Amino acid sequence: MLSDQQRMLTRAAREVIDGQIVNLGIGLPTRLFHYLPDDMNVLVHSENGVLGCRPRHEGEAPDIDMIDSGGAYITTRAGASVFDSATSFAMIRRSRVDVTFMGAFEVDQEGNLANWKIPDKFSPGIGGAMELAQKVARLVVLCSHNDKYGNPKILTRCQLPLTASRCISRIITEKAVMDVTPEGLEVVEIAEGLSIEALREATDATLLIDESCLGRF
Amino acid sequence: MTLLNHKVCDIDAAIAEIPDGATIMVGGFGSPGTPFALLDALLASGQRNLTLIKNDANEPGIGIGKLIDAGRVKRLITSHLGLNRTAIDAMNAGEMEVTFHPQGLLAEKIRCAGVGHGGFLTDIGIGTEIAEGRHEINIEGCTWAIEQALQADVALVHAERADRYGNLIYRATASNFNPLMAMAADRVIAQTYHIDEPGDLPIDTIHTPCAFVSQVVQVARASSQQGVRPHAL
Repeated sequence: MLSDQQRMLTRAAREVIDGQIVNLGIGLPTRLFHYLPDDMNVLVHSENGVLGCRPRHEGEAPDIDMIDSGGAYITTRAGASVFDSATSFAMIRRSRVDVTFMGAFEVDQEGNLANWKIPDKFSPGIGGAMELAQKVARLVVLCSHNDKYGNPKILTRCQLPLTASRCISRIITEKAVMDVTPEGLEVVEIAEGLSIEALREATDATLLIDESCLGRF
Repeated sequence: MTLLNHKVCDIDAAIAEIPDGATIMVGGFGSPGTPFALLDALLASGQRNLTLIKNDANEPGIGIGKLIDAGRVKRLITSHLGLNRTAIDAMNAGEMEVTFHPQGLLAEKIRCAGVGHGGFLTDIGIGTEIAEGRHEINIEGCTWAIEQALQADVALVHAERADRYGNLIYRATASNFNPLMAMAADRVIAQTYHIDEPGDLPIDTIHTPCAFVSQVVQVARASSQQGVRPHAL
């Protein structure tokens, strides 16, 4: 039996196309690393200045000069390169990174993302999130459907300070896979065993659901 | 600028020339590329009211974390403090002023100073809280925010290898902000593990040409006391 997070990560890994350049945000998205098959031609970008990260094998000694943006000791795969921070963000701003996966405090049906600041509670700075959210060609949010108090994180309109506006392509939670469309959030897939009513109950946004083509994951 | 044949110097002598109140760029993203030995020398040397420019605040009690804990940093210009709880506490208590920039803009502001420009135009952050207080201009139907270059009195950088003239080579993800900062300060002090003779470094592998570097100091490999600790993946 997979945990909710394992199910989300397994589903998220299917978003990555052979040949792509991918950025993984801090937290849950970083774990996607372990769900990408070794034989794929995929280079993982990390904004501290590396294209082609790979997790260390168990027992592989850490190289103290080789970390990802979350501070974990990593190594590189064939085809990798290292570069300075200006070049790293040039790659992001020029949309040469094909897809990025990020966590979220709140997302909304217009595709707005809030994931960097909770006024008076959490404001350690934005890091590279703003440029990634604004400029990467495809942004997939990977987050829990509700916060720890059970409140919806999928909203009609974000309340927290935005990381970037109208930037999200797809949202993957433990309950659903949703695409941002001009009419609202189109539910592409719903979790195995979850009713549409329960999904609507847990969400504070307009959900477009066509039962005839609704997938399960 | 220092003459080519007078750049190698003693670490304490190099640091002692930094005055109180200086604005100092510090290379590194997390631990890799952080000039730990130069920062320890700065701590021992006693300068106060410093303005530091660094991507992050290292972790509690290491790197610039030591200077912050000692109350020596008046202002920090950075992109995030997420890994340093004591730096966040110092910010929240009003003991240290913190200015945040999105990471790529921080890098570009430094790069811009390093290439001798006054600033650049960007669309990053327009319409968000980050944009408050920025000047915006409209050119041919596009709205751009003006970002000014960010320059410093001193840059402290870490290089894997250097030669006596100050040519620098960085290694792996220890590059990060170092080559940008090595061009953006009035005085650039580089620490390195080994100082080669001119001609020893392959000329097409040099990242920072010696023209930008003022002083070179040789240091021992980073130790666990300087904060190079294992992280679990």
